[in-house]
Amino acid sequence: MNYTLSHLEALEAEAIYVIREVVAEFERPCLLFSGGKDSAVLLHLAVKACWPGQLPFPVLHIDTGHNFPEVLDFRDRRVAELGVRLVVGSVQDAIDNGEVTEDKTPGASRNRLQTHSLIEAIARNRFDAVFGGGRRDEEKARAKERVFSHRDEFGQWDPRRQRPELWNLYNGRYRKGEHFRIFPLSNWTELDIWQYIENESIELPGIYFAHEREVFRKGQMLLALTPYTQPDPANPEEEVHTASVRYRTVGDMTCTSPVLSTAKTIEEVIQEISTTRISERGATRADDKFSEAAMEDRKREGYF
Amino acid sequence: MSQTDLLRFATAGSVDDGKSTLIGRLLYDSKQIFEDQLEAIEKTSLDRGDEYVDLALLTDGLRAEREQGITIDVAYRYFSTPKRKFIIADSPGHIQHTRNMITGCSTADLVLVLVDARNGITEQTKRHAFIASLLRISHLVVCINKMDLVGWSKERFQEIRAELETFVTRLQIPDITFIPISALQGDNVVDRSTAMPWYEGASLLHHLEDVHIASDRNLIDLRFPVQLVMRPRSQQLHDYRGYAGQVASGILGVGDEVMVLPSGFVSKVEGIEFYDQELEQAFPPMSVIIRLADDLDISRGDMLCRPHNKPYISQDLSATVCWMSEKPLEEGTKLAIKHNTAWGKALVHEIRYRLDINTLHRDESAKELGLNDIGRISFRTTVPLFYDEYRVNKATGSFVLVDEQTQVTVAAGMLLTHT
Repeated sequence: MNYTLSHLEALEAEAIYVIREVVAEFERPCLLFSGGKDSAVLLHLAVKACWPGQLPFPVLHIDTGHNFPEVLDFRDRRVAELGVRLVVGSVQDAIDNGEVTEDKTPGASRNRLQTHSLIEAIARNRFDAVFGGGRRDEEKARAKERVFSHRDEFGQWDPRRQRPELWNLYNGRYRKGEHFRIFPLSNWTELDIWQYIENESIELPGIYFAHEREVFRKGQMLLALTPYTQPDPANPEEEVHTASVRYRTVGDMTCTSPVLSTAKTIEEVIQEISTTRISERGATRADDKFSEAAMEDRKREGYF
Repeated sequence: MSQTDLLRFATAGSVDDGKSTLIGRLLYDSKQIFEDQLEAIEKTSLDRGDEYVDLALLTDGLRAEREQGITIDVAYRYFSTPKRKFIIADSPGHIQHTRNMITGCSTADLVLVLVDARNGITEQTKRHAFIASLLRISHLVVCINKMDLVGWSKERFQEIRAELETFVTRLQIPDITFIPISALQGDNVVDRSTAMPWYEGASLLHHLEDVHIASDRNLIDLRFPVQLVMRPRSQQLHDYRGYAGQVASGILGVGDEVMVLPSGFVSKVEGIEFYDQELEQAFPPMSVIIRLADDLDISRGDMLCRPHNKPYISQDLSATVCWMSEKPLEEGTKLAIKHNTAWGKALVHEIRYRLDINTLHRDESAKELGLNDIGRISFRTTVPLFYDEYRVNKATGSFVLVDEQTQVTVAAGMLLTHT
């Protein structure tokens, strides 16, 4: 025996340590659970960290009103299996109550509006620690994010005033009204996530695997035909056709693109992303294409 | 489960040393750069009129940094080869960012320092080597970069190497490797260079893949800081009591006799659990649950060790600290301290000296420590710490200090045994 862990075992041990630190030191944690693969892994790790007890905190979902039905079904099933409480922050309610105004121009998404509902749900429930599935490999603003990431009383992130994070000595102390976002998957990559899903047989929504779907091209992105994403009938390039696709990320239907794929199993997905030449967000997220600093700006405002 | 292991390394160097280019090259040549990312930097390079694609742009960070043309914070990057997964803590090299370098080094197995072959060893190189030694990093890799600009000269390489070797004899770094490279052209980064046949060592990537880090861990002294007491509130687990935590050092086995600190009670390990598995042994950095044979009063912040191999237990302590706040540390300052899984308060009695990290001179007349200063302090804590000297045990020898007004982390500390 050489007393060495594999890289996945080491990442898992680190994530469990982080989750337990939060359970020990915070009063009202919650876990962001969208039904996406990263949050499915996060939830699985939280269950392992808290075993043999029940998960001692609720899960929170920010529902844009434009979510994939398959993903909502998966969310509800996992929540029921674990017997945890689900808190939903609804973007639709915020629009209906006039708290936020929806951008109705074609191609607009509700992605940015989620920030309002997220911060509102955190304040209303007095959550002081919010677990998120963000990874540092996703995007360059995330590359500088702390594992224990401080948010001021407005829910905002100030990248220039981040606390130094040394060894595994996490400082989760805060002043009234402030909170922390906690990222136990900080050091995981997309490939790590999938290898872990395979090793642990973690269930995912079916849309992560290849299926036939009606799609059309919009610029460089592929979009599914949905009530919220429709082609321009005058543009012949946006002709609707059926293709074998899967989703690499799962977000709001209006801004998440499927990729052409024939990967029907976890093994085939791992094979596919081992050889892909396009980054996860680059391939699938229209929301990061607005500007070079799109993610940084959203994060400052309090985004996931 | 895939059997690649994990190597964490910290990089240091300024923009001019070509550090960003080197990291860009490692990511690019190991095929971790995606086409869309490459397209974006090709476009920026083209717009700026660069002669070649500036790989440094790959590691460019936040808007605030681009506007100022500097890196202000540690960025983490990832790449892997079939042998290993790598985590890079990329910290900027400016003098004012000693704290970033220390942050990056705190979790590193290895430090990679870049030297510009034209300029040779600078104050900054020495500072980085010193910080690596202070943080007890066992492996230092010195990449002598821009060899193309000194005619691939063996003599120049040897000259720089000799100079740094003289300096590091005053430090404690067991393993130092020198590699002549050209980050821009890729020589000795992933593949061996044909321009420098006189160099017989491995390329940087091969060195990183092969360097032996398993023995750097302390597998001798069992230290298990209790993180969480598991007492599920359910009928069928009514009598269950387990102690969750991450093994800090040493190896723990079922049946082992352990002592609980601070109480001093001795019990036996009845079980080691990881989720639904019963394990025979646990070692660092495993996160497990320990069940003991006796029902003892144990809480978060307590520690399990062996009855005949205990850590130091004291409230009067001495440490090397790096001060990370703009508001200076003065004698008489009260702070919160986090050590292992315990919080307490600390009163700084004395600033013994401030260290000039360029000359290693100890200024004993110093009355305060400013931002990025490194010095030796004595302090007293409200609760006894169960600790080892940082030199022999990083996990139980490290702590952070927190300002109780702002709740911000203001110092990183490394404990010494003599007060």
